[in-house]
Amino acid sequence: MALLNPYFGEFGGMYVPQILMPALYELEQNFIDSKKDLNFQKNFLYLLKNYAGRPTPLTLCKNLTKGTKTRIYLKREDLLHGGAHKTNQVLGQAMLAIQMNKKEIIAETGAGQHGVATAIACALLNLKCRIYMGFKDIERQKPNVFRMKLMGAEVISVKSGSGTLKDACNEALRDWSHSYKSSHYMIGTAAGPHPYPKIVKEFQKIIGEETKKQILEHENKLPDSIIACVGGGSNAIGIFSDFINEKVRLIGVEPAGQGINTKKHGAPLNRGRQGIYFGMKSYLMQNEEGQIQQSWSISAGLDFPSVGPEHAWLNSIKRAQYVAITDKEALEAFQILSKKEGIIPALESSHAVAYALKMMNLKPDKNQILIVNLSGRGDKDIFTVSDILENRKKL
Amino acid sequence: MNRYQKTFKQKTSRKEGCFVPFLIIGDPSLETSMKIIDILISNGADALELGIPFSDPLADGPIIQKSNLRALSKNYGIFKSFEVIQKIRKKYLTLPIGILLYANLIYSQGIRNFYRQCKICGLDSVLIADVPIEEYNIFYQYANEFNIDSIFICPPDADDHFLSKLALYAKGYIYLLSRPGVTGIENQTITLSSKFIEKVKKYNSLPLLQGFGIKNSLQVKQSIMSGTNGVICGSAIINIIEKNLNQEKIMMKEIKKFSLQLIRSTKFI
Repeated sequence: MALLNPYFGEFGGMYVPQILMPALYELEQNFIDSKKDLNFQKNFLYLLKNYAGRPTPLTLCKNLTKGTKTRIYLKREDLLHGGAHKTNQVLGQAMLAIQMNKKEIIAETGAGQHGVATAIACALLNLKCRIYMGFKDIERQKPNVFRMKLMGAEVISVKSGSGTLKDACNEALRDWSHSYKSSHYMIGTAAGPHPYPKIVKEFQKIIGEETKKQILEHENKLPDSIIACVGGGSNAIGIFSDFINEKVRLIGVEPAGQGINTKKHGAPLNRGRQGIYFGMKSYLMQNEEGQIQQSWSISAGLDFPSVGPEHAWLNSIKRAQYVAITDKEALEAFQILSKKEGIIPALESSHAVAYALKMMNLKPDKNQILIVNLSGRGDKDIFTVSDILENRKKL
Repeated sequence: MNRYQKTFKQKTSRKEGCFVPFLIIGDPSLETSMKIIDILISNGADALELGIPFSDPLADGPIIQKSNLRALSKNYGIFKSFEVIQKIRKKYLTLPIGILLYANLIYSQGIRNFYRQCKICGLDSVLIADVPIEEYNIFYQYANEFNIDSIFICPPDADDHFLSKLALYAKGYIYLLSRPGVTGIENQTITLSSKFIEKVKKYNSLPLLQGFGIKNSLQVKQSIMSGTNGVICGSAIINIIEKNLNQEKIMMKEIKKFSLQLIRSTKFI
């Protein structure tokens, strides 16, 4: 029996083949032990500070907001080692794997950011690493694939199904179901079966803790809104975590892809239905008979047909609001932030930036403080964006 | 006495094991599925385990996954599957028929409605590949309301706590897993120890069927010798389908030959 509650309201749970239940219980027990283990916590914080580069700064965007009364701050997870918030939690999970005496890590990745982070943690802590990645994502995220291999990870191309993150997740779970005795499945987002959503939140909550401290230093008060992009939802739950009980608007931004009313989007909270997939009960994109649908986003990291169960719960109790931003809007934000502030955001984070800009432009005279979680840097996306801009010129 | 009970009783009295073939409904087409089922039953299959096509069958290996996707590519899903099952039931009144599927197909149409449909179709059992016993309560409640047996998978490293829980919930039969992992035919020979089977039997009196990796007569004999009531064989049959997608006659011939070999092995005692 699970020791912690596997559910957030009616969402979450442990929907996996029976064979995997002992592995999940083992992980849960070790997670609980690690929280009480001062040595574990000390070592984790040491790595975050001295290896990953925490705390990350909170940057005020003066140029972006010129002429308005909005103040936009960016929580700079792009400056973390590895280029994204993902590094926080892989270090924690890698330490858990070592605690469980598992020498091999299985991971899956979409944009490659979690894959890179996993490869980093495995190289640092001397763990063998294999990463499943859809063949389409391998094609659109070549620099990250190179980084993973350089750091010693084996990248396994997944050709089944749609060849994207969804299929890589399935393949990683299949691997784990026969190798769980010697391997740890390092899920990269706050989704999947219990205890993963809780573990990932625990290791990402530092983003929220730092942000709260920093904004109080800068402004002497809490922000009006916190905005973060949501694929599986790890950066969002990380920054939301310390504000859930505060009077702060929490806004998650899903990818509306080519349009929320087209079938090419990745916004299960806006356009999905409740269901069971990838080990959890949550919102998901599915057809009328329950077949999982392919999601779509210009950003491979948001291209996932479901969402972490805590977000589904926060949405159901209306504690957080989930909006959607199109590929086009995200691309514009990508360029605007680069040009105005000299910061190239990841396409994932560009969705959150785009929504902050929307809020600012809607009420330019409103005194408001917005914090955007800049979950990652956009170097990995420059080829994708460059190709799109080139094609536009040709048209 | 329900269909499973009658079948298992009959087989035990004859000192024979059961052969239960598994295939995905609609692969490669509904018509061919029906023909394969006819061949398997006329050769002596004791029950049917049918897979409902699903987009993300994560408990299955590549052979069954491709089979799911072939069926889905022709738009055969759960609604069509229910129609097919109804036809099979009309044709084979006493044959135990179970389905294997994934939770979202059930959840999507409402759990109660799903089990009601199962009853209407004349199904005997449901196995949900991605719902462990810990999450089964709500499914179990409706399965019982409509008298559908809930089939559970028993891993080869099951502990006492799990086995005692299994004894409370399981109905119909218990699906013994040959090995960890997903479905598929591997090169290694798979046997479950008699000691483990005895341990499972200590906790319950339900028949035990071994599945995952069953591909030849020797394995069938070994399984029954070690104390099971028979085997479930899926990937090996589906492999024959995949290899002969455009040659239906050869496909049928090969399936007949293969299943006959395995069925004979259940009667060796």
